[in-house]
This record gives sequence, C-alpha cells and structure tokens, in this order.
Amino acid sequence: MASSGLELLWISLPQLAKGAGQTLSISFLSIAISTVGGVLYGVLRTLNVTWLNAILRIYLELFRAIPVLVWLYLLFFGLPIFFGLSLPSFWCAVLVLSLWGASEVGEVARGALHSLPRGQREAGLSIGLNAAQLYGYVLLPQALKRMTPPTINVYTRIIKTSSLAVLIGVVDVIKVGQQIIERTYESVLIYGALFLFFFFICYPLSAASRVLERRWTQA
Amino acid sequence: MTFDYAFILSTLPAFLKAVGVTLQVGLIAIATSLLVALLNATILVFRTPYLQKLVGFYVELARNTPLLIQLFFVYFALPAVGIQVSGFTAAIITMTFLGGAYLTEVLRAGVDAVPQAQLESGRSIGLSHGQLLRYVILPQAGILSLPSLFANFIFLLKETTVVSAVAVPEILYTTKSYIAIYYKTYEMLAVLTLICVLLFLSLSLLLSRLERRLQHGQFGS
Amino acid sequence: MSALIKFHGFNKFYGAQQVLDGIDLQVQSGEVLVILGPSGCGKSTLLRCLNGLDEAHSGSLKFLDRELLDKATDWREIRQQIGMVFQSYHLFPHMSVLDNLLLGPLKVQKRQRREAQQQAEALLERVGLLDKRDAFPRQLSGGQQQRIAIVRSLCMNPRVMLFDEVTAALDPEMVKEVLQVIQGLAREGMTLLIVTHEMAFARAVADRIVFMDAGRILEQSPPEIFFTNPQTARAQQFLEKFSFVATLPETNPTKELEPL
Repeated sequence: MASSGLELLWISLPQLAKGAGQTLSISFLSIAISTVGGVLYGVLRTLNVTWLNAILRIYLELFRAIPVLVWLYLLFFGLPIFFGLSLPSFWCAVLVLSLWGASEVGEVARGALHSLPRGQREAGLSIGLNAAQLYGYVLLPQALKRMTPPTINVYTRIIKTSSLAVLIGVVDVIKVGQQIIERTYESVLIYGALFLFFFFICYPLSAASRVLERRWTQA
Repeated sequence: MTFDYAFILSTLPAFLKAVGVTLQVGLIAIATSLLVALLNATILVFRTPYLQKLVGFYVELARNTPLLIQLFFVYFALPAVGIQVSGFTAAIITMTFLGGAYLTEVLRAGVDAVPQAQLESGRSIGLSHGQLLRYVILPQAGILSLPSLFANFIFLLKETTVVSAVAVPEILYTTKSYIAIYYKTYEMLAVLTLICVLLFLSLSLLLSRLERRLQHGQFGS
Repeated sequence: MSALIKFHGFNKFYGAQQVLDGIDLQVQSGEVLVILGPSGCGKSTLLRCLNGLDEAHSGSLKFLDRELLDKATDWREIRQQIGMVFQSYHLFPHMSVLDNLLLGPLKVQKRQRREAQQQAEALLERVGLLDKRDAFPRQLSGGQQQRIAIVRSLCMNPRVMLFDEVTAALDPEMVKEVLQVIQGLAREGMTLLIVTHEMAFARAVADRIVFMDAGRILEQSPPEIFFTNPQTARAQQFLEKFSFVATLPETNPTKELEPL
C-alpha cells in the first residue's frame, strides 16, 4: 500500500540519516584536511622557494585541469593497478576532495597572504622574528580575516561535490535515496528531498560568507 | 607495466567523438547559460522589484545544490510527472540551470563594478534605459567580467564529466565503457588524463594570458 | 677604537642597474649620521642592507668587527641589535599597542613579561603615549603610530637605530613630535643612521652628513660645513632645491599701503 509522501520520508528517516552521515562525514573530513593543507600550501607558496613553488604549482594545475569526478575514477580504478592498494570508496572520496579542497583553500590563502602590505613582513623581520613567528604572530592572523569568506565558499563546493561519491559506490544519502526509489517509485519526493537537504546545508554557509565579507570589508 | 599502444590507437576515433560530445554539451550549455544570465542581469540592472527577488531566489537555489542532484531530478524524477527527456537534454537543461546562476553572479558583479557616475552622466545626456544599457553599462561590465566569464566557461566544460552519470557519451563515459568492456584500465585512464590535461590546462593557460593582457590595458590597475 | 659599522667596497645591483657603488663608510659608536641625497640615490637601500632586508653582491660590511656578508650570518641576531623604523610605520594592526611592543621582547628575546612590560611602559611614557597602551593602531594618528613604531624597536635594546624617511608619510603637524623623539635618542648617545628630507632637522641632529648620489657617497662632512659650504657640485645642486623659501623676495607690508 502506497504511503503518503511525508509518511514515507518519516519511515525512511533512519536509512536516510545513515546515508546523510556518510555524505557529511566525507564533507567534514575533507573540509578539515583541506583547511590545514590549504593554509600550509599558502604559507609555502609565499616563501618563494623556487623548486618548492614549481612542485606546488604542478599540484595546483593538475587539480585544476582534471575534473574532480575524473580524479575520483583515477584513484578508485587506478590505485589498485598502480600501487596494489585497494582503498574503500569512502576514503577515495575523502582523499580526492581533500587534495582538491586543499588546492582551492591554498590559492585563497596564498592570495590573502600576498595581499598584505610588504611592510608587515619587513617590520616583523626587523624585530628579529623567525619565519614561523612571522607567519604565526603577524601574517596569518591578518590573512585569516581576508581568507574566511572565500574559504567558506570552498567548503560549500566541497559539500556539493561530495555528492559525486555515489558514482564510485559510496552508500551516501543519494544512494540510499535511490534505493528507496527502487522500492517505492517516489522519485520526485526523494530527489526533491535530497535537493532540499543540500540546499539547507549550503545556503546558510553561503549567506554567512556574504555577511562576513560585507562586515569585514567595511572595517 | 606494459602499455598496449595498439589498443590505445584503436580507441582514438571513439575518444575523438567523445571530445566532440564534451564540447557540444559544454558549448551549448555556455551559450544558453549566457542568455539566461543576460536576461537576469537586465532585470537586476533595472531593479524590477518582484523579478529581482525571483532572480535572487533562482541564483541561490542553483548555486547551493549539486549538479548531480539537479541532473538526477530532471532525468529520473520528472518522468514520474510525465516529462521524459534524453540524457543529453537533461544535461543541457541542468547545466543551463546551474551555469545561468553562476554567470548571473559574474555579470552582476561586473555591473556593480561600473561606477555610478557612469550611469549618472549617461542619464544626464538623455539616454534611455535601453541605450544606457547598450552603450554605457554592458560594454564596461563586459570587459570587467571577461576573465571571470571565461573562468566559468572552463568550469562548465569541466562539469560536463558529471553528465556521464546519465549516459551521455562524453569523455568520462566513454572511458568507463571501454574499461568495462576491454579491462584496459591503465591505458584508458591514461588517455582520459591526457585529454583532460590537453583540453583544460590549455584553456586555463589561455585564461591566465587573458587576465594578464586585460590588466595591462585597464586604467588604474 | 674600531668603528661600530664598516662598509668597504660595498656593491649592490638590481638586475643590470648598480644601486650601490663602492660604498666606503665607517660609523663610530654613538654617532648620528644623516644620509642625504636625491631620490633613487640608494640611501634607503644602504639602510636596508644594514639589517639584511636587502642583500649585497660584493664588498664587506662589518658590524662589531663581524663580517655580515656571510652565508652564515644570523640576521635574526643582528636585527635585535640594529633596529629599523619605516616610513609607513607598519605597526601590527591586529594587536594592541602594548602587544606590538612586547612581541619582540617576549617571543624573540624570551624575556620575562614583567620586566619587558615595565620597559615598554616607561618608553611609552617618555614619548607621551602611555594612555594609548591598550589602543589599536587604527585608532591612532600617523604621528602617534610612528612614535610607537620607534618605541617598538627600542624595546629590543638595539645598539643602532635606522630611520628610513620616517616623517615622509606624516601630516606636517605631526612631523615635529616624531623628530623630537629621535633627537632625544641622539642626545642619549645612541648610534643613529637617519635618511630624511627634513633639512633643518638634519642640521640640528647630525654629527656627520653623508651625501649620496647614484649609488655613491660623494661627500661626508659635519653639518655646518655641508650646509654652508658643500664641497661637490652635485651637493650644491641638491641643496639649492631646498632653499626655495630663502630665495623669496622679502615682502614689505608698509610699502604697499602707501597711498597712490
């Protein structure tokens, strides 16, 4: 007997929650790693060590040229062949999203550090700070404000892109939704619900990013 | 690890066709997105009250949801209410939906960047709304938006890989099919990577060059 | 007695352009040197080479008889002894004034907070800004920020202080308050190297004027000699540009009021 739409959603909640847990876990892990990796990338790029810059540049261009979905397939199909490693699709997704996310956050960080007046670096050096102290006490704290709105936008994109994990077999919220559709044929309801799921996670982030940008550029 | 070069050569025609499909989907999506964005930009410029809010709502909806979900909705869910479309059509519709939103934002930023003084001086010499738009706002907004527009075009081209999920025979779908049939995973992934690098890296380098040239010509930058 | 700072045959290039050419200069402890010269003559570069912000290509630079043009030079250590104040002060905007002052002493010199704070506050009082202790740089005027920038360098207890056109970015009313601080340091016997365009100040505070042009030192003399009787033609041309006010014809108001 066909249940009404909301009833169906209510009954499926546990399964959907489990799937959502996967989606959100992938997203949060990737966001965390991307943030750390990105700041590291930004700092390393602004040190202006030629060989280091070259390597980081190649890394950046590789993740820009090759779409994330292709990277997912490269790792998912390629790792077993190249390195004999069989990584579960969940961790494939986290790895790809983290590396890609780090390159995006990294460029934001690099831009923010680069936009600081050169004199800040010189003033810091002139009182005898070493590189770690210079970045830790002077440059990064100032860059952080400039970095935050664009970085939140990167986070939003990571969350949206995590939806691609279903295509390499992760049982995330989309897969669960599809399983429910197979049984009940309620495709409009389920896909609509998934649509709103992502919207209600991403929209607050986007809005927050805009509010922060407006508030902090007026300062 | 041996490389089956003969096999790769045999697949080249298919990949060429796949690149064609990628470009086809991408370029159509770019064109339609641009049209949508121009329409939206006009609404935003003239601040039509009700429509302006609608545009804002559309942009937020499209930008805060994944392309994949939008795609699945059009391809799998709409048939349930009687609208059935091919994978290709679903791809175009959703990419226009998404692309239109992104490009609207780019044009909005471009229009905002045109100094208010320009509008005022245009009005003070008696230009009508349409003339103001055509001769004063759009040209300036256009130049300012160019790098960002181009970057979004590249983004749309890259997103075409997502439509492989509804069996559109672009480069990723073709790669997956060949792997599934012939098991030449290593070779097929290598070809895919090479195509991506050749196609998208070159476009991204072109974008960098465009940005640099525009910076030289821009007054006061 | 050996000079505190010794430049010898010092050269620096920016690509193909020679910015410093065969600089020979000695600075004694306690001396106040004012470096004058037209724009682009290399005077700022000279200062920046002294604390390692710019690198030289050849020659010798000795500080306390230690060669600084050495790969092994620990510039961190040198910079604690040679402090520098910049034209745009460059206080750290995200920190309060006091935190700005304490960053070096606490994190670099690893001193006790109480002692460092006492010194910082004493110095702030000396420049009349103790009440701004907890303020943030954006709440202060240019002159106030520059005085605090000087105090920030002083908190490191340097032996030498470098001043790179520190009043050039200030509104005219604030120039004097900064120059007075520098004058105070000179009176206390600190070794100072000052790059400035304030001629009256240079005349008042310098023990020796160093005149540079196109990367070379053309003249070194005590201020009374330099300003009244410059030895080189270039120095004469340079000084002429600054005597604008002196050559204005004298106005005699009573004459103009005479009836026709």
